[in-house]
Amino acid sequence: MRGTAVTSGSLLERESSLGVILMLPGALLLMLFMAYPFFLGIWLSLTDSGIGRMGSFIGLRNFSDLLTDTIFHQTAWNTLIYGMVTVPFKAALGLGLALVLNQHMRFSNPVRAAVMMPWIVPTALSTLGWFMIFDPVFSPFSWLFKHLGLIKQNINFLGDPKLAISSVCLANIWRGTPFFGITILAGLQAVPNELHEAAAIDGAGMWHRFRHVTVPHIKGVVLIATLLSIIWTFADFQLIYVLTKGGPANQTHIFGTYAYQIGLSATEIGMGAAIALYMFPILAVFAVILLVYLRREE
Amino acid sequence: MIGSERLSNRLLNIYLPLVFYVLFLLFPFYWMTIVSFKPTNDLFELKFNPFWIQQFTLENYTYLFRETAFTEWLKNTLIVSVVSTTLSLTCSIFAGYALARLRFPGSHFLGVGIFLAYLVPPTLLFLPLAQVIAMLGIYNTYWALILTYPTQLIPFASWLLMGYFRTIPREIEESAMADGCSRLQILVRMILPLSVPGILSAGIFCFTLCWNEFLYALIFMSSGPMKTIPVGVVSDLIKADTLFWGSLMAAAVLGSFPIALIYSFFVKYYVSGLTAGAVKG
Repeated sequence: MRGTAVTSGSLLERESSLGVILMLPGALLLMLFMAYPFFLGIWLSLTDSGIGRMGSFIGLRNFSDLLTDTIFHQTAWNTLIYGMVTVPFKAALGLGLALVLNQHMRFSNPVRAAVMMPWIVPTALSTLGWFMIFDPVFSPFSWLFKHLGLIKQNINFLGDPKLAISSVCLANIWRGTPFFGITILAGLQAVPNELHEAAAIDGAGMWHRFRHVTVPHIKGVVLIATLLSIIWTFADFQLIYVLTKGGPANQTHIFGTYAYQIGLSATEIGMGAAIALYMFPILAVFAVILLVYLRREE
Repeated sequence: MIGSERLSNRLLNIYLPLVFYVLFLLFPFYWMTIVSFKPTNDLFELKFNPFWIQQFTLENYTYLFRETAFTEWLKNTLIVSVVSTTLSLTCSIFAGYALARLRFPGSHFLGVGIFLAYLVPPTLLFLPLAQVIAMLGIYNTYWALILTYPTQLIPFASWLLMGYFRTIPREIEESAMADGCSRLQILVRMILPLSVPGILSAGIFCFTLCWNEFLYALIFMSSGPMKTIPVGVVSDLIKADTLFWGSLMAAAVLGSFPIALIYSFFVKYYVSGLTAGAVKG
């Protein structure tokens, strides 16, 4: 009895064994619910499985079928627009927001808390606000523009195939701007005040100080925020699911919503897994860039 | 003269852009809130200004509690969020401490692995994960979410806590060890009390993500009354007729409120917590 007590005691005392023991609970959860499904997903994508039914191995047929699927082409194109075009808007608006929030002002804490809200509250719920703002009948914008005499008919933000992708992008920009804002703000607060003062004494104008003092200090956080934003937006789901479910006529499908539709609604889980896996190389590229950058910084 | 010039400068550089941002970022919340307090008939009244409330009513809120399963969804969301946050925080404190302080085989590899896990999006995994949930027989139970949410929480939380633990001077531990304290005693009695702000921001982060999560909740726990608030509101309150707007917006406001409240209290912790590492919320 005493022997075991001593061994377990020393297991918890030796750095090498204690480290492994402390990592174990988290690592187990991650392996069971992240690593294992990842490899299971690769296997599923190589089969014709349905829900609850293990199919047979069909090689890369799901992947090659998708390459000739026009809806998949549309989906890939939409994802590119949704994941890429929105990012510069979010970054620029977020930079502006951070510069404003970094100024001395009254009530700066409540103001910061308030403008963070789009990023903080449940996206599915705030998107319902946009769902009504974009409604063909109840949109306040349609009402406003009609009263200003700018339009005669209500705008069909989500029903018009040409307009729908811009509408979902707008909602995405709204949600993502505070993320850039707060991240860049954190970067701005790390800029030593003396640098600005010294530059001002040297006669540097506002633009010069921004360009040569601020920018070098926030380059890093802007890059990190951009890469994270691209990864998350590429792999988004709920905003589009709530607003359009991929419609009209698949004009707003992105990888996540299309994988959901094929994998669960149409119960072709193997094909759905293949759609989701098409995201992987793109995500991996951005993840590696981020990793390499962070290592270099260390 | 100089004073007024400065004032107009401040107006142009701070307050004008601030007004733009507040309008842009808060308008959807304003809109949701006023619609939630309007009687349904007022929405159809074209002569009414839609940007203001003509008649104030609470009927949309009472409807939610009397006629829908909102209370059930609230209970489910709370249970899942609290348990999953506790589980994730415990795992993350252990992992964060091990990564920050202990040298053990594979620690370097695990550090990188946890960082990469942070970048794995749910959309990449949800289909195979649905099979795993079915295999384990926990579909449509609390466990389906309690056990899967930590995969999204542990990576960031342990990263954040690792950063926090590293700021605590090693000498404190060394002197405690010289006094005969074991590593675990040091972790519980000295490191944790010193890390309360870090643990708080990690906890807020975890709780918010659990409360807000949509995709897994939509697929793994959405039969009968077993929905969380975001899933229940989105899938049950949007109806074919057009009379649902008031209660829909009321539900969106109520479901967002706890999170908004937590953040207005802890915004300072949040910002300082974020500065510690990469960011997600």
